[in-house]
Amino acid sequence: MEFVSPEGLRLDGRRPMEMRQIRAEIGAVSSADGSAVFEMGNTKVIAAVYGPREVQNRGQQLNDQALVRCEYSMANFSVGDRARRPKGDRRSIEISLVIRQTMEACILTHLMPRSQIDIFVQVLQADGGTRSACINAATLALADAGIPMRDLVTSCSAGYLNSTPLLDLNYVEDSAGGPDVTVGILPKLDKVTLLQMDAKLPKETFEDVMELAIQGCKAVAQYIREVSPQNFIFLASVSQLSVI
Amino acid sequence: MRELQVGLNQTQKVRLQSALKQLEELSSRVSNSSTASVTVADTIPVNLEDGVLKGHGTTEYNGEVVATLCGVVERVNKLVYVRTLRARYLYKPEIGDIIVGRVIEVAPKRWRLEINFSQDAVLMLSSMNLPDGIQRRRTAVDELNMRSIFEENNVICAEVRGFQHDGSLHLQARSQKYGKLERGQLLTVPPYLVKRRKQHFHHLEQYGVDLILGCNGFIWVGEHIEANEDEMMVDKDNKSEETGKSDLKFAALEQQEKAFTPFVTRRNICLIANAVRVLSVLGFNLSLEVIIDTVEASSSSNLHIKDMLGAEFCVQTAEREVQRRTTLIKKKG
Repeated sequence: MEFVSPEGLRLDGRRPMEMRQIRAEIGAVSSADGSAVFEMGNTKVIAAVYGPREVQNRGQQLNDQALVRCEYSMANFSVGDRARRPKGDRRSIEISLVIRQTMEACILTHLMPRSQIDIFVQVLQADGGTRSACINAATLALADAGIPMRDLVTSCSAGYLNSTPLLDLNYVEDSAGGPDVTVGILPKLDKVTLLQMDAKLPKETFEDVMELAIQGCKAVAQYIREVSPQNFIFLASVSQLSVI
Repeated sequence: MRELQVGLNQTQKVRLQSALKQLEELSSRVSNSSTASVTVADTIPVNLEDGVLKGHGTTEYNGEVVATLCGVVERVNKLVYVRTLRARYLYKPEIGDIIVGRVIEVAPKRWRLEINFSQDAVLMLSSMNLPDGIQRRRTAVDELNMRSIFEENNVICAEVRGFQHDGSLHLQARSQKYGKLERGQLLTVPPYLVKRRKQHFHHLEQYGVDLILGCNGFIWVGEHIEANEDEMMVDKDNKSEETGKSDLKFAALEQQEKAFTPFVTRRNICLIANAVRVLSVLGFNLSLEVIIDTVEASSSSNLHIKDMLGAEFCVQTAEREVQRRTTLIKKKG
């Protein structure tokens, strides 16, 4: 199948190095301590953060750092075939783990000993790249919850189809079976916290693809930085008045 | 304006925005320094030669001071810190804080309370006055009867006693004014709206209502209860005497009467609670004066209590706040 037309356009009309449109909204769940919705094209993810709060299971309590937990789920209506999925299937367990490890790397857990932070992410619309969308949503939700972090982690995926590196794969490209590299970075510190790839890729091409994904992450980071302050300016202006 | 979900029409939106803008201008005039808001990993500009103390929400990276939180940069002499505006653990307990909490567990010799903090607080049986007011060692019988004092889900008012070496928080309730709160409403507001003051217990006489502004952002509005130690003594005397049948009947009647809150009081509770809700939605600091002011404004404009949460009153409150602050600044200047 042809994923890049001779004119250099992809199936959804993007250029190989082009990202889908991203949109983020902070504060979607009123009862949560922090929450966010993140969209990458047709992929839409909602994240809610609770905590730091008392550890629910005493046995898991850590005396020198906070316990980070993550739960990933897909809404039944998020995919084309409305199949009922069991809650703890292998795929979601794996993604939960990936998100947990990525977020744990950036949260300053040692500042909140003997407490627990819960991250719940749910995919509302799945169109490829749910993993990276979940990480981006979780970052924003954590920032909203006021949890101290080293940096805002951002994530983006890239693939290699028709011997072209493609940025931000959608569902059709994702299911083509080609290599899919998901990268998560700390943009300010310039560090990689997540790197996943299914399928094989020659070393030289891999570096190109990864570089492309990192560029994507940086673009997401730039957008996230623009979004997050907006919410705080309003609150800041009003509560500053405590002086009077 | 995340929590503001009242349906504003166009004119109300414009009015509210102009009011908030005015407030912003006023605040910048007062504090001089413009409110510098940062997000995670933003560099905070500091003069490193002067020496800098890094406070909460900051770390050092490559010789720069970097924010680890989203919020407002605050500077106090050499100290630089970031203040978040929305966080669960934003409430930092200090010894002597008066807080309102909810019992979530009755454990051996202690109650666990949810107090809007990253950990649950502990109220020991030994650090509270027994209902009969006698000072004595707590026995095993007392421990068995703990549920007769507080049960799960009871709302309690207490004071922060201190921190244990493992970081857990201990409370005490060694006075008549602390203890179980009944017949009222518990409101949850962001903790930064409640400032520490001399007085957190307020008795609003004209409304017959008690208002407790818990430092942790839990606010109690309830029927006024006379905390009278003399009454307690009398009760005890009565008990020591032989209690006849008539006495029992009388006591039952009295209890029934006590369990009933008059309609007017219930109305007033709702009135004050809604005033607090409006103020917290707008993000104004909660002090007794402002709350009373809001309540009076609503009753003077003959507003139905439920309409206090509507858009119009919300906008009016914001505008009134602008006025109040302008006059305050004029008085100062």
